[in-house]
Amino acid sequence: MEKRVVFNGRLLPYLLLAPQLVITLVFFYWPAGQAVLQSFLVQDAFGLSTEFVWFENYQVLFSKPEYYKSMVTTAIFSSLVAFFSLSIALLLAVQADRHIKFAAGYKTLLIWPYAVAPAVAGVLWLFMFQPSLGLVSQAIRVAGFEWNPLLRQDHAMTLVVMSATWKQISYNFLFFLAGLQAIPKSVIEAAAIDGARPARRFWTIIFPLLSPTTFFLLVVNVVYVFFDTFGIIDAATQGGPAKGTETMVYKVYSDGRSGGDLGGSAAQSVVLMVIVIALTAIQFRYVERKVQY
Amino acid sequence: MSDVRLQSVRKVYAGGVEAVKGVSLEIADGQFCVLVGPSGCGKSTLLRMVAGLETISGGTCSIGDREVNEIEPADRDIAMVFQNYALYPHMSVYDNMAYGLRNRGTPKDEIDRRVREAARILEVEPFLERKPRALSGGQRQRVAMGRAIVRKPKVFLFDEPLSNLDAKLRIQMRVEIKKLQRALGTTSIYVTHDQLEAMTLADQLVVMNKGQVEQAGAPITLYERPMTIFVAGFIGAPPMNLLDLPASGLPGLSLASPVSGPVTLGVRPEHLELSTEGGALAVEVQVTAVEAVGAESYIYGALGGQGPEIIVRIPGRDLPAIGASLRAIARSENLHFFSRETGIRLN
Repeated sequence: MEKRVVFNGRLLPYLLLAPQLVITLVFFYWPAGQAVLQSFLVQDAFGLSTEFVWFENYQVLFSKPEYYKSMVTTAIFSSLVAFFSLSIALLLAVQADRHIKFAAGYKTLLIWPYAVAPAVAGVLWLFMFQPSLGLVSQAIRVAGFEWNPLLRQDHAMTLVVMSATWKQISYNFLFFLAGLQAIPKSVIEAAAIDGARPARRFWTIIFPLLSPTTFFLLVVNVVYVFFDTFGIIDAATQGGPAKGTETMVYKVYSDGRSGGDLGGSAAQSVVLMVIVIALTAIQFRYVERKVQY
Repeated sequence: MSDVRLQSVRKVYAGGVEAVKGVSLEIADGQFCVLVGPSGCGKSTLLRMVAGLETISGGTCSIGDREVNEIEPADRDIAMVFQNYALYPHMSVYDNMAYGLRNRGTPKDEIDRRVREAARILEVEPFLERKPRALSGGQRQRVAMGRAIVRKPKVFLFDEPLSNLDAKLRIQMRVEIKKLQRALGTTSIYVTHDQLEAMTLADQLVVMNKGQVEQAGAPITLYERPMTIFVAGFIGAPPMNLLDLPASGLPGLSLASPVSGPVTLGVRPEHLELSTEGGALAVEVQVTAVEAVGAESYIYGALGGQGPEIIVRIPGRDLPAIGASLRAIARSENLHFFSRETGIRLN
């Protein structure tokens, strides 16, 4: 039985929606609109004259090979982070769901990383993996492996992927755990009596029933890696070495803030926005169909 | 042979709570055994131990010739019907029934044959491609039954399978379960808190209370000769009149052959009849309420005017007035005497 509150007045619904609408307009649509506007403009270095140039900023952007390189970097970075943060979180959640002893403490500890700010997370991992001083680096070196994220691009990528994954696991873990606990216990017991071993139970019963959660997290994680990982990259590698970890969102910042190319940077953020909107739309259109509700 | 034998089976939970306190039962091959009792009496726990969903803390459980204490549910060759049906929500009815067979590597055409046969028996053929959420409660119940029978297991386990259905459907499904079990001849254990369901289904009725078996036997034996006060009060509706007799006797009650000592006297409402004379037991009651249920009626009265309540069943609808004084008698073979201290039958 669904219960619905019915408002008769016309004004009240708008009033109730107003705070949310105002926040959305002021903090999301207005800046986004500004970015679109800015992407059509070219300013001189001192900000004294502004010229409306239509799509010139975009033409310049797409003629630069390093822009495509940052797209590839972003694709690698985001798929690695999304894959690892989702699968590790699911693994941990399945363990937590099974293990009841000390569950509260275990869960609390797993949730903590989410409270760490991205920049701080980047710095933490940088310290641990700093080539000459880092604790982990020293251990790796003793093991006979030459570790240097300051010089090697693949090492730098590994470092940022690890820190971004580590931070996102908590969030995914919480949702996966809630999803697992929402599956009726008797359904899993019925599968056990039906002769399904734990691994088969997981893939034929639990995983399909978790798919709404997985789908939701996939969308959230893609948005996370595209935008929110900025702090981690900024603190850990600044996009280096030699732009090896320069994702699209970091390039927006470095071109606009450090390079002073506001129009070009605005064009990049518009492209980034379009990509994320497109990805989310694709996920809803195609992945959601296969989701079991 | 797929009989089920329980020997002093115990269940102690981590917190030290003893849910099942040494239950021994023998369920013969093909027998329909019903476990009945109030909630918290350990009947469901016992069933789940047979299923392998709960570990056994003490004693042994055997199915056929094999002790199954340490055997996984999957390998016990049992099927279970759950109270909430526990259908796989993301699978069609067909896949729900085929799942157990697929897990055991049954050939495809064999699966198809068995699923279609079960669907025919249970009349769910039109719904094979539907998802469980598109079915009514009764249809879901049938699918859950179908999932159990396709596997041709050694033992069926039922955990209050009808309690989510409405009254009419419950009676209909009760009859069908009984017929199906007879036709298949599969050993069954059925848990319920509904004593009517228990009486009608059981070959062997097991009344449980506080983690122990109060009495086990044919339903009619439990009705005619309850061995404890608990069984006497639990089996039968409306319940047996139970009267605590002090040594001095109760006002309004007379026995042809007086008993000594503090005892509890039991007599069923249907064994009391209105009569002005005679009877091994005679009670004088003042009518406080009457209920007509059609072919019969129940009179509620206070013994001797203000004593304990007594229920008398009378045929027809010829009801006395409230406040009227009546005399009811019972024959000696219908009187049950129990020790007040131990609750155990005396006669």
